[in-house]
Amino acid sequence: MSGIDMAIQGGIWALEVLAIAVPIALSVAYITYLERRVIGWIQVRKGCNRVGPVGLLQPLADGLKLFLKETIIPTKANKLLFVGAPILALTPTLIAFAVVPFGETTFFGVWDEPHVMAISHLNVGLLYILAISSLSVYGFLMAGWASNSKYAIMGSIRTTAQMLSYEIAMGFGLVTVMMLSGSLDLAEIVKAQAGGLLHWYMIPLFPILIVYFISGCAEAGRTPFDLTETEELVAGYHVEYSGMWFATFSLAEYGAMILISLLTSVLFLGGWYAPIPALDIIPGTFWLLGKAAFLVFVFIWLRATFPRYRYDQMMRLGWKIFLPWTLGWIFVVGMFIYTPGLDGIINFWLAWR
Amino acid sequence: MLETVFFNLFAGLAIVSGIGVVLSRNTMHSVMFLIFCFFNASGLFFLLDAEFLGIILILIYVGAVMVLFMFVIMMLEVNVAKLKEGVVQYLPVGGVIAVLLLIEFVAAASSGVFTQGTKASTAHLGQQVNNTAEIGQILYTKYLLGFEIAAIILLVALVGAIVLTIRERKDAKYQNITAQVKVRREDRVRKVRM
Repeated sequence: MSGIDMAIQGGIWALEVLAIAVPIALSVAYITYLERRVIGWIQVRKGCNRVGPVGLLQPLADGLKLFLKETIIPTKANKLLFVGAPILALTPTLIAFAVVPFGETTFFGVWDEPHVMAISHLNVGLLYILAISSLSVYGFLMAGWASNSKYAIMGSIRTTAQMLSYEIAMGFGLVTVMMLSGSLDLAEIVKAQAGGLLHWYMIPLFPILIVYFISGCAEAGRTPFDLTETEELVAGYHVEYSGMWFATFSLAEYGAMILISLLTSVLFLGGWYAPIPALDIIPGTFWLLGKAAFLVFVFIWLRATFPRYRYDQMMRLGWKIFLPWTLGWIFVVGMFIYTPGLDGIINFWLAWR
Repeated sequence: MLETVFFNLFAGLAIVSGIGVVLSRNTMHSVMFLIFCFFNASGLFFLLDAEFLGIILILIYVGAVMVLFMFVIMMLEVNVAKLKEGVVQYLPVGGVIAVLLLIEFVAAASSGVFTQGTKASTAHLGQQVNNTAEIGQILYTKYLLGFEIAAIILLVALVGAIVLTIRERKDAKYQNITAQVKVRREDRVRKVRM
């Protein structure tokens, strides 16, 4: 490969990364707007409607405000890690998007075969997501430690414990998806669900869908599980942060929310396929983004509906309910696959037999 | 070409971060360097087409083991002055080990194992060869017994760790959540005729 080829390849990669990262940043901004409007609507008040037409410029104003605020670094903080922690929290969320398949395209007929629209078409995509999403723990841990404050460190230990606990249930839940699709490739998992609503994994794996989504809620630190930012702990791991560095943490939180919504749609809700095969004339990306947008709405809905869990209740839910439940479902799916007589039922969703 | 560039990048960064682990004064920085080192090692696995191993390295070591490591290290109190106390006393032993290791490394590097053909630039298997499936196939057929024994040992260790750390405190009050949930109105509210 010559130098020019490498430069072109690098340019294409950069464009692909920008094509994913810029919409994520924009949608994070407008999800905050959506969140405030939807919660306002649910609580019978207006929500933000002052800046621009119906408040549409509010996210930009918020961003500007956060950007212009002074970043205060505590004197006794470990400066390097204090500044690095928000980036460590945000990066895993962003790079996890690299394997999310946004649909299939022939690039307006240029290619003969449809290509999967993902930056990286890894054949261990699911494991990659699991591995990468377990890394954002470091950002939170470092934020607490580097702040050199007891409230921050208590908050970060809580956050870490919460994320580690729910990761386990999440990972085990995904095992059932692998068992049905026979692949770790996200695009293959979507293709295994082709053929309409009844083929989607939400039907045989409904309990896992619920467990996965709620665990995702806990992973992203959304409201029933937002013990990471409770008042009883002053705020949590980010007490000492201000301005743009603080905003980076919430960017990570909302990014994780989008990621969980996209993955739930890919794994359980048929990815880029329409509920009825006849509707597949509408491009798949719209379907996927529509499903993800609905799930983001569900996140906000949950936030407006449920009160916060107590810490021991949350741990109980993760370890004593979700974990046995997912392990049990793995057993059930395995039994259905290999028991003569029962396998007829599951064959409908089994892609590899 | 591109692969050699990436190989040198990952290998170089792995060495640099390995040096960083040893040399940095702050234990927390050491841990971060170690994590970075694992990342580069998994990058090397990727270059060798072993994507499953690369991902598992990140998932297990970076995602789980190092977090616990970090918890332990956060609680440690590192006293640099105290660590430096016996330096002169231990220097001869350490020096001998260092020299021996250096000789071994040089001997290994010049033995011809690391020639051009064995680097990451060797020919790749086709796209259709699925690493994960291959590893699963061999683990569950040829090495089934060893795999199961390892799994049981890990499970026993897990249960053992939980049993060792569990302690019932007499003075603490525990809730019975099932009982709480099962409570009905009739259990708590009594209608009194006045």
